[in-house]
Amino acid sequence: MREIVVISGKGGAGKTSLTGAFAHLAGSKVLCDLDVDAPDLHLLLAPQILRREDFISGFEALIDQDACTACGVCADMCRFDAVVERHGAFAVDPLRCEGCGVCEAFCPTGAARMAPRHCGEWYVSRTRFGTMAHARLFPGSENSGRLVSLLKQKARELAKEEGKELVLCDGAPGIGCPVISSLSGVSLAVAVTEPTPSGIHDLERVCGLCDHFRVPVAVIVNKWDLNPEMTMTIETMSRERGCSLAGRLLYDRIVTETMAVGQAVTERPDSPFAGDVRRIWARIEEFAGVSRRVSL
Amino acid sequence: MIVSVASGKGGAGKTTLAASLISVWDAPVAAVDLDVEEPNLHLFLRPEVSAEETVFMEIPVLDEAKCTRCGACVEICRFKALAMLGETLLPFPEMCHGCGGCLAVCPEKALSPGKRELGVLVRGKIQGNEFFAGRLRVGEAMSPPLMREVKRSLAAWLEGRVSLGAADAVIDAPPGVSCPAVCAVMDSDYILLVTEPTPFGLYDFSLAFEAFSPFGKPMGAVINRSDIAGAPVREFCRDHNLPILAEIPFDRAVAEGYARGRIAADVRFSLRKTFEDIRDAVRSAVLDAQQGGQACVK
Repeated sequence: MREIVVISGKGGAGKTSLTGAFAHLAGSKVLCDLDVDAPDLHLLLAPQILRREDFISGFEALIDQDACTACGVCADMCRFDAVVERHGAFAVDPLRCEGCGVCEAFCPTGAARMAPRHCGEWYVSRTRFGTMAHARLFPGSENSGRLVSLLKQKARELAKEEGKELVLCDGAPGIGCPVISSLSGVSLAVAVTEPTPSGIHDLERVCGLCDHFRVPVAVIVNKWDLNPEMTMTIETMSRERGCSLAGRLLYDRIVTETMAVGQAVTERPDSPFAGDVRRIWARIEEFAGVSRRVSL
Repeated sequence: MIVSVASGKGGAGKTTLAASLISVWDAPVAAVDLDVEEPNLHLFLRPEVSAEETVFMEIPVLDEAKCTRCGACVEICRFKALAMLGETLLPFPEMCHGCGGCLAVCPEKALSPGKRELGVLVRGKIQGNEFFAGRLRVGEAMSPPLMREVKRSLAAWLEGRVSLGAADAVIDAPPGVSCPAVCAVMDSDYILLVTEPTPFGLYDFSLAFEAFSPFGKPMGAVINRSDIAGAPVREFCRDHNLPILAEIPFDRAVAEGYARGRIAADVRFSLRKTFEDIRDAVRSAVLDAQQGGQACVK
């Protein structure tokens, strides 16, 4: 089984629009949205939810006011400034609480207690392009890295059950914990970038991250016509870093037009843009070692 | 006053708006890049960097000679950063959140404070104004600890300036609505949300609104590329009493200028007025909130 994750470093480069198109083009696959913080793939794929589960991860401190003697040990020990004192009473700010349990361990009266945190939900759904594992982290929640790992595991199980050859994942922006979790065990990372100072800067960092975890990278320069010289610079840099070049795409209104009606951009097959995306996908399948049973 | 520029969706225009606001700010201001995973503000503001300080998190270092394998540290650690493998205690420093529980609980003082590099805190100047940024080490998973260091540095600067009169800060926040974004905006006086009227833009905007509303801070929206796709962002704002401070139509010249490191306020001079209006609206909303206390109705 092969696994591809689409990432970018910089947000808004076109990850999800392209993942939607690849989901349309790929043959035998299970889909997975690993941008659990701000997931958007479902807006293109209109999933019908078959299974819904709570995501409970980590802990949150609570202080029982009846048992608390206001000694202040918890506030002194907390390294996250999560215990706040108001009018002599101590309470935990859940947004600052890291869930470490130090307050519970050192509270002399047992007033500080840890409770499991309900951070979100995850789903298995049916879409017109196949089965999808996805999730929703509640706004403001944490442990997105763990949710990413859980989703990947579910997607792999689903692919095995259904006899699918590929897990295709939409990744998160940035280089932090959800992105690191999304890279574990993948065959290929597809980095979508744009020829802007932010695009090139963020691509270098995300390629550095992939190098760190020894994940091969294929680069797509989206909106390449915004700055053709910088596109060349990005392609040269990518080649020098040992990345494969999957291709370039024009800054085309068709991307937002199709998004607005909940279509993958390749579902309008006669556009030149869709043709470019198909050629890029064929290269990506080759780079990732996906066998092509059905020719397009 | 601290203003955070945030958005659920990446690429909506946070950095462009933050850089443009800073360029029209009419009081001493600190430009603060808290998107430490992918900091970009410096690419558009081009600060003169005066200092780069490596920032660390405190993690446990084991003295095996003192360790009696009692397991107290393994028991307290909720992040699996310490494990007992047979008769050996194994620290996993990358998993550590720096809570200090193991150091406090070890009866033999076999664990002492060591450090893990989080990244770099950058300080600099932009035409007399201050610049603060964090740059996460590539491979480091946790961004909030570095963000907290940048915020501490900013707070110290703001504190030191109190006697000199008003100084403000504009924060470029990371995308998303989970712990890094929350950490960026939680201590600001105003949260400025950037969005675009696409289905992705609207959905992520609604998540951001939901995530940041509990802070009870005044909030406002800027609709970027306001003439594309037609998702009902304006209706969302109206239904949630969220003022729209500006609508900026799509302009290919601005996009191409951005691709060459130019900020919108410099590409289209007419946009300067738009950014000045946003600045003034933000300022008066913060004053209202401070004086009336109830300007932000949730």
